[in-house]
Amino acid sequence: MEVLTRVYAKKLVEWSKDKPKVVVYSADLTSSVEADMFMKAYPDRFFSMGLAEQHMHSMAGGMAREGYKPFIHTFAVFIYRRAYDQICNSIAYPNLPVRMVGFLPGILTPGGATHQAIEDISIMRSLPNMNVVEVGDVTEIETILDAIDEINGPVYIRMLRGEVPRLFDRNEPFVFNKARHLNKGEDITLFSSGICTEESLRATQVLKERGVSVDHYHISTLKPFTDPQVLEGINNAKKGVITFENHSIIGGLGSSVAEVMAENGSGKKLLRLGIPDRFAHGASRPYLMKEMGLDALALVRGVEKLLGQNLNIKEEDLAEVRLQEMHSAAKAEAL
Amino acid sequence: MQSNLNKDRWQEDVYRVADRVRLRVLDHVLKNNGGYMSQACSSAETLATLYLKVMKLGESEAPMIPPPFPGVPSPSNDKYFTGAAYNGAFAPHLDRFIFSPAHYALALYTILIETDRMSEEGLAQFNKDGSTVEMIGAEHSPGCEVTSGSLAQTLSQAAGIALARRLRGDTGKVWVYMSDGEFQEGQTWEAIQVMSHYKLDNMGVYVDVNGQQVDGRTDDVMAIGDLRNKLEAFGTRAFVVDGHSVEALSAPALEPVDGKPLFVLAKTDPTRGLPRLKERAPKLHYLRFVSPEERSKYEADFKEMQVRIGEL
Repeated sequence: MEVLTRVYAKKLVEWSKDKPKVVVYSADLTSSVEADMFMKAYPDRFFSMGLAEQHMHSMAGGMAREGYKPFIHTFAVFIYRRAYDQICNSIAYPNLPVRMVGFLPGILTPGGATHQAIEDISIMRSLPNMNVVEVGDVTEIETILDAIDEINGPVYIRMLRGEVPRLFDRNEPFVFNKARHLNKGEDITLFSSGICTEESLRATQVLKERGVSVDHYHISTLKPFTDPQVLEGINNAKKGVITFENHSIIGGLGSSVAEVMAENGSGKKLLRLGIPDRFAHGASRPYLMKEMGLDALALVRGVEKLLGQNLNIKEEDLAEVRLQEMHSAAKAEAL
Repeated sequence: MQSNLNKDRWQEDVYRVADRVRLRVLDHVLKNNGGYMSQACSSAETLATLYLKVMKLGESEAPMIPPPFPGVPSPSNDKYFTGAAYNGAFAPHLDRFIFSPAHYALALYTILIETDRMSEEGLAQFNKDGSTVEMIGAEHSPGCEVTSGSLAQTLSQAAGIALARRLRGDTGKVWVYMSDGEFQEGQTWEAIQVMSHYKLDNMGVYVDVNGQQVDGRTDDVMAIGDLRNKLEAFGTRAFVVDGHSVEALSAPALEPVDGKPLFVLAKTDPTRGLPRLKERAPKLHYLRFVSPEERSKYEADFKEMQVRIGEL
């Protein structure tokens, strides 16, 4: 598995080369949200907005009305929390093709509660006309811009930055509103998203060795949530369904799957793994993933809970998987 | 519209339209037992000056009688329209008018009637279910173009339109009409900061400085201070003018552009032309008659105005 850096920064420049209507807005975090390469490449299409998120969203709506395609770049939390009314009235109500690229979703930032977007999916998904997507690896970052380009309306993107692993075949691009079926199984059906898919891949490998078969789907489109594969996956599950996300367990992937299960009368158990209903705080990514239950071990414990048995899997067993893959990849890329 | 004005006596034409706006709004308020009256009193000359003298708009491209509401915007609603067509075509050389204080909608619809952009039958649809002629102007309402009801977002949206027009090389301007209460919102100052930073001198903003808001006098609710000084400190050109003098209102728009966005602070009287409103001060936001006696007093005022201004 390779690990690449600044994938979005490079892709945005390449992708928007022959798209003169694409303009980028940034709110003083330009290099932190990988918009700096665009700024240097196309200075006439880059607009620094300073620390003015509310205005930035409304202005993007105004520009979109004129046929431009504004891409808003800032930390995810400063999009939906600071400018919700502006997103609602200046962008979502008129169904304008503004792209809101939100970086450092969930606990990916050590910046503490003020910086951690833990309920963004919940809020954005309940907004009419809004589309919500989240990338999980390099391949998705590389292909998401094409995948959403035709969407006639606003899109909120949970984006990854910095060093990102490639989990998916580079020839299998992001497909809007289509889950990736990563593994066929029958005991437990797992829906994971964002960084939790990487953790899931570690856990499912060890679970397989212990004889637990997991039907695993990676979800990258949170709204709309109408892919028929989701219900198929739910129907396949013999022992229950698990959702696993870098987001509050309220209102995100877990709630979306719960809605599908309830509306279809599946009558199966659902375990929502994600950020519990509480604020996070400033700490490192591994520390917070462990504390909030977003790591591979948390998933294993969840599977054990649903199965009602102890699988005797230790943290070391999972760490080994991670080390083998990530470490060797990092070396190969000379990071 | 400008070409229709009498070159030597354009002021008379603009004053006449402003008078008729007050008369028609009072007529509407009497017939409907309520309405946004003081806003028409303060804004009549400004809106009339904008439509007749300042803005370079094309003829209306919308039906004289507004069509019914086509449903909210969505990916599947291809029937959706905004009210912008009442302000003429979108063309590189033509101006645009972006209306911010959505609760001034009655005054806006009335100005459209008095400038032959909408028929007076259109006003019969005011606040009726299924109509676009909404009480609080929505973006599908005649003369409106953006969603403005949550105040202070319009200036930012207009800045986006102005930036797009500059990138495209349009020569037409973007005129914005807003109310002074909006200067209590932080977003307004964010917008002004950005307009100034990007030298959006293709924008001209007329502000109804009537010193009134829902709870009463602006100075009592939350003083906004010296707007001209604040605006100049933010890098704009700001003029304070008598908001009931059509010459004073139109003069700043003739100033050569100099890289700074233009603000015209129109000092207005929310009881102008209808002094009886003073009896309700400081609560002038919405006129609803408290008794048949009060109503008959306003009916008498209406008859007096009609004698002076003429039949509607």
